[in-house]
Amino acid sequence: MIKIKNLHARVEEKEILKGINLEIKPGEVHAIMGPNGSGKSTLSNVIAGREDYKVTGGSIDFEGADLLDLDPEERAHKGIFLSFQYPIEIPGVTVSNFIKTAINETRKGRGEEPMDAREMLSKMREKSALLEMDKSYLSRSLNEGFSGGEKKRNEIFQMAMLEPKLAILDETDSGLDIDALRIVANGVNKLRNANNAVLVITHYQRLLDHIEPDFVHVLYNGKIVKSGDKNLAIELEAKGYDWIKEENV
Amino acid sequence: MTNLAQDLLSSFVVREPQLNGGRNLSIAALRKEALDRFELTGFPSTKDEEWKYTNLKPVLKHDYKILLKSDDAVAFSDIKQFLLSDLDTYKLVFINGKYSSWLSETTHSEFDICTFASALNKYPDTIAEYLGKAAPKGETFVDLNTAFADDGAFIRIKNNQTVDKPIEVLYLTTEENGPSFSQVRNLIIVGQNAEVQIVERHQNLGSTVNFTNFVSEIFAAQDSRVSYYKIQNDVTHASLVDNTHVLQERQSNVHVGTYSFGGKLVRNNLHFYSAGEHCESHMDGVTIIGDGQTVDHHTLVDHQEPNCYSRELYKGIYLGKGHGIFNGKVIVRQKAQKTNAFQQNDNILLSNKAHIDAKPQLEIFADDVRCSHGCTIGQLDKNALFYLRSRGIPKSEAQGLMTYAFASDALEYVKVPQLATRLNLVIADKLGINLEFAL
Ligand SMILES: Nc1ncnc2c1ncn2[C@@H]1O[C@H](COP(=O)(O)OP(=O)(O)OP(=O)(O)O)[C@@H](O)[C@H]1O
Ligand SMILES: [Mg+2]
Repeated sequence: MIKIKNLHARVEEKEILKGINLEIKPGEVHAIMGPNGSGKSTLSNVIAGREDYKVTGGSIDFEGADLLDLDPEERAHKGIFLSFQYPIEIPGVTVSNFIKTAINETRKGRGEEPMDAREMLSKMREKSALLEMDKSYLSRSLNEGFSGGEKKRNEIFQMAMLEPKLAILDETDSGLDIDALRIVANGVNKLRNANNAVLVITHYQRLLDHIEPDFVHVLYNGKIVKSGDKNLAIELEAKGYDWIKEENV
Repeated sequence: MTNLAQDLLSSFVVREPQLNGGRNLSIAALRKEALDRFELTGFPSTKDEEWKYTNLKPVLKHDYKILLKSDDAVAFSDIKQFLLSDLDTYKLVFINGKYSSWLSETTHSEFDICTFASALNKYPDTIAEYLGKAAPKGETFVDLNTAFADDGAFIRIKNNQTVDKPIEVLYLTTEENGPSFSQVRNLIIVGQNAEVQIVERHQNLGSTVNFTNFVSEIFAAQDSRVSYYKIQNDVTHASLVDNTHVLQERQSNVHVGTYSFGGKLVRNNLHFYSAGEHCESHMDGVTIIGDGQTVDHHTLVDHQEPNCYSRELYKGIYLGKGHGIFNGKVIVRQKAQKTNAFQQNDNILLSNKAHIDAKPQLEIFADDVRCSHGCTIGQLDKNALFYLRSRGIPKSEAQGLMTYAFASDALEYVKVPQLATRLNLVIADKLGINLEFAL
């Protein structure tokens, strides 16, 4: 589905990604772990198309298309979704208006008809129920005054509405209480099928108990320095990152 | 002295005998004194501190006709689009400064909703009692208007009356007179515990330039509630100087909303005087302008008595080479303890050729007050823009959605739902967004 080859990226004058290689196939769940500042969010932002990050080398192929040629909205139309580590507050735009707009613009981008209002409404009901969100969220300004956990839950609500092919969850677990973590993880699992994929970025094994990864990668200093199965996450939880850092001096 | 000023001075001689107020000696004297003051000062220039950023020269240079004729050719179908649809309202329609009875819907039954000209005839004593009592002497445009204006809206609401439907006042200009300079005047007297909503608009229907010097005086008696909405969405060859002066007695609540979307030059001198305790003064507005347009908001809140509240929120969005000016002055007199004055002016520049001159001015002579003011000038937040785009919303729509949200914040106090919808539509249209975003 997505093939990242030797990806280099910088922000301002600082090189942050220093040759990332990663392939994710349909149906798979990949997890990326790694110390603070190693480049995890940078990688997810580069995939989503944030313009502050300059790609200086390498390629990203998404279902045969050169992703680096596309605007963020075009990437979204192709089915890429990023759940933000720090969702942005947008005063004056309600959650429901936002999501309606996002869905219909995505459909337009794909040459499809807008979703009919009834279907939209029932889908919103269904997905907010799935995430056990109070209906009142829908008429509130996007993320404005939301608690940390509410913001994350709202990200997954958007994911559920947009049904992406590749969902990148950047520390979606941080800020969630134990029940919320279960609800959100359950929401993500419900959306999984043989044709989509998930890239989970997390610091904790806990989330991976709920969303079981096929592969776990360690990102350190702008590179994937180790890959393994779900046992790697368990090992990291027990041993920390020092041994990885030592292997990579 | 400009040619226009000279023309005005000489035409006064011709005009004076026809001015209805001439029959009332005190009004006649008021006019003459005002003219004399104008003769001394002439029109302001950019050397004048209050006009530093707004150059009148390009709009005063035209060869304007001063004594204007009405225009019979205007039909209801021509003006329908400028009125609130689906809403029963009283209507006062003026064409080239003259009252148009066939397009208007007035009343004298429970309250007076009629014209300044007829009030000059019918109630000369009331006019003499109020005229010029809110608008200060010595302001050039006010003086000029006082000297000449013989028509406009006259609205008088008796104590404890609530006007059953909004009043729409429409000032139209046609090509009939060629380039035209019109001076119209409102007198709005709202009795104790009375309530009224007014929607006002100036509109040039033709292709020739026009300049309107407009004065509106509002007297809000104790416990009265006034909502006054100004829609400024004129063509780019129309200019307007709007002088609105609100005199508030105790516990009155007055809201003036100014929605500026067009015109070549629009200058709003909006002044509130709280002359009784516990007054509430609300003024807010949205300005969206682009190439060839200047909108200048000069506001004043003069807190003269204790325990009053004022709230001022102006949002500006500037495209192309649009030029905005915001000068918000708040005076808190020594006596006006416990004043709570809030002022906020937020601007977004959507082009690097647009510009805004913004200046808050606080003059506080009392020591126990709460005054806050803020002014922001910026571009749209990049992170927010990326967030929306990452959800599939194209850049231009994302910008529109964000500016729309930014602007509509200032519409919160609009009490007439049809007007709120209308304003939302205009804003969405100005920002080039599809209404699915908006509603
Ligand atoms: N806009 C920016 N300007 C300057 N430096 C940046 C910017 N964005 C990221 N960086 C730097 O790039 C490095 C990688 O940041 P990134 O956010 O990708 O780390 P991360 O792995 O997601 O960390 P965390 O686990 O704390 O979320 C950090 O050193 C960070 O300070
Ligand atoms: Mg991060």
